[in-house]
Amino acid sequence: MMDYSKIMCRRVQDIHPSGIRKYFDLLQGMEDGISLGIGEPDFQTPWHIRDAGIYSLERGFTKYTPNAGLSDLRAAISRYLKRRFDLEYAPTGEILVTVGGSEALDLAFRCLLEPGDEVIIPAPSFVCYGPLVSMMHGVPVIVETKAEDEFRLTPQQLKAAITPKTKAVVLPFPNNPTGGIMRREDLEALADVLRGTDIMVVSDEIYAELTYGGHHVSMANLPDMKERTIVINGFSKAYSMTGWRLGYVCGPKPLVSAMTKLHQYGIMSAPTTSQYAAIEALNEGDKDIEAMREEYDGRRRFLVDGFRKLGLDCFEPRGAFYTFPCIKSTGLSSEEFCDRFLAAERVAVIPGSAFGPGGEGYVRACYAASMRDLATALERLERFLNTLKH
Amino acid sequence: MLKLLQRLEEDCTLTNAQLAALVGCTEDEVIKARKDLEEQRVILGYKAIVDWDRTQREAVTALIEVKVTPQRGEGFDRIAQRIYQYDEVESVYLMSGAFDFTVIISGRTLREVAQFVGEKLAPIEDVTGTATHFILKKYKEKHLIFPTQEVQEERFVFE
Repeated sequence: MMDYSKIMCRRVQDIHPSGIRKYFDLLQGMEDGISLGIGEPDFQTPWHIRDAGIYSLERGFTKYTPNAGLSDLRAAISRYLKRRFDLEYAPTGEILVTVGGSEALDLAFRCLLEPGDEVIIPAPSFVCYGPLVSMMHGVPVIVETKAEDEFRLTPQQLKAAITPKTKAVVLPFPNNPTGGIMRREDLEALADVLRGTDIMVVSDEIYAELTYGGHHVSMANLPDMKERTIVINGFSKAYSMTGWRLGYVCGPKPLVSAMTKLHQYGIMSAPTTSQYAAIEALNEGDKDIEAMREEYDGRRRFLVDGFRKLGLDCFEPRGAFYTFPCIKSTGLSSEEFCDRFLAAERVAVIPGSAFGPGGEGYVRACYAASMRDLATALERLERFLNTLKH
Repeated sequence: MLKLLQRLEEDCTLTNAQLAALVGCTEDEVIKARKDLEEQRVILGYKAIVDWDRTQREAVTALIEVKVTPQRGEGFDRIAQRIYQYDEVESVYLMSGAFDFTVIISGRTLREVAQFVGEKLAPIEDVTGTATHFILKKYKEKHLIFPTQEVQEERFVFE
């Protein structure tokens, strides 16, 4: 018998699988279960975008593309970033098309980290940063963001976390799971700490288009910060294109060039069909973004209102498509709450603790679900909360 | 107001609380606005869209092109009125182009519809001609797609 635990590298064995999975497995077997768990848009990719993908297949575009991505796509990304976020990146040398934002994140850490380098990661946040850093022999330094700070990273927290080993800080805003955002003045305060250092910002802006009641601002928008920022974005959330697996990374030329080198060896090029569809999305998809955002915004207000009416404190999320209500008043831990809610009422929400420290006492409920499901989920939640009182 | 109407046109089963959240106003404002819109007949009614093919009930729908001679002083309105009074008539539209009215009729059987056209519609004074087109299959109505054989998508769940 082979003992694979002796064969596999230690680091990969030390990584925990995501704690989210089990809720979906449990939900699968339930008749009228409702999932507010999955972090995925519930819209279909707009038809004109799907059609552009199909058309590219009809024309026979089934080969590899240039490693960095189709030049038309990189040009479209460049125009899009200027138009929507006032960011300036050259199509050649400063933009790399990747397999989702996830690959872009992985590449960024691979290109930055020496063993022992520290990466500051605000939490609660998306589950991938820590494991990706660890795989590069880096050290994740988790900083807990607080509800009273609207789950923003404060300059005091940043300053306190910086050591001579700090190589990078991740800015996961708009944030999954809290829905927190960083406004220009918040970023400005962090920039004051970072200017004059060699610390790089890895800015995960995958939810940039889903910002409510204001415009998304990138760290790269601020003076002297573009040179120390890697911007990561993609098509999954803005255009509801999760399954197309397409994202991109923008940054200083030497870094993008290094990431392109790795991407060339590990991936070759991002899926060709997806790249053609993405050109259509960028050129003709602004109206789709607006329509989806408006829809999410309405659901967001409905769900936040609903939680508050049921007596749960709920921070007002200003981005992404998650609410992060506080369940401390129930006396249950996040995990107990989610387990029992699912068992009793067949509604899946995710324990905040799955997103790192600072998440305990909260649950994540995603509002990328139909109004009908949201309403039913709230009715069931009311029933569930009442049973806890007795 | 327009936003509210748009939401209701998409789905009239939304509760006032849901509509308020979607439109970005209070529930009381929604209740008041709906009452006004209903009184002003901007909202004519609320109906379900039914796929009868998935039930035991037989149903056919026909689209009928109708040519008429408009009446002096009354134009097309009076003839339209004579047509739409029939319960069998689902919709009536005045058209530009080669004919005057589109009349949509639903009945239980082809025969029932044909009978209606032959005995009720065509004999109306001023109707000079009809052409009946039966609907063979409905694919989409009011932005709703009629279900076909769906392949279950395998979904990944992680984020």
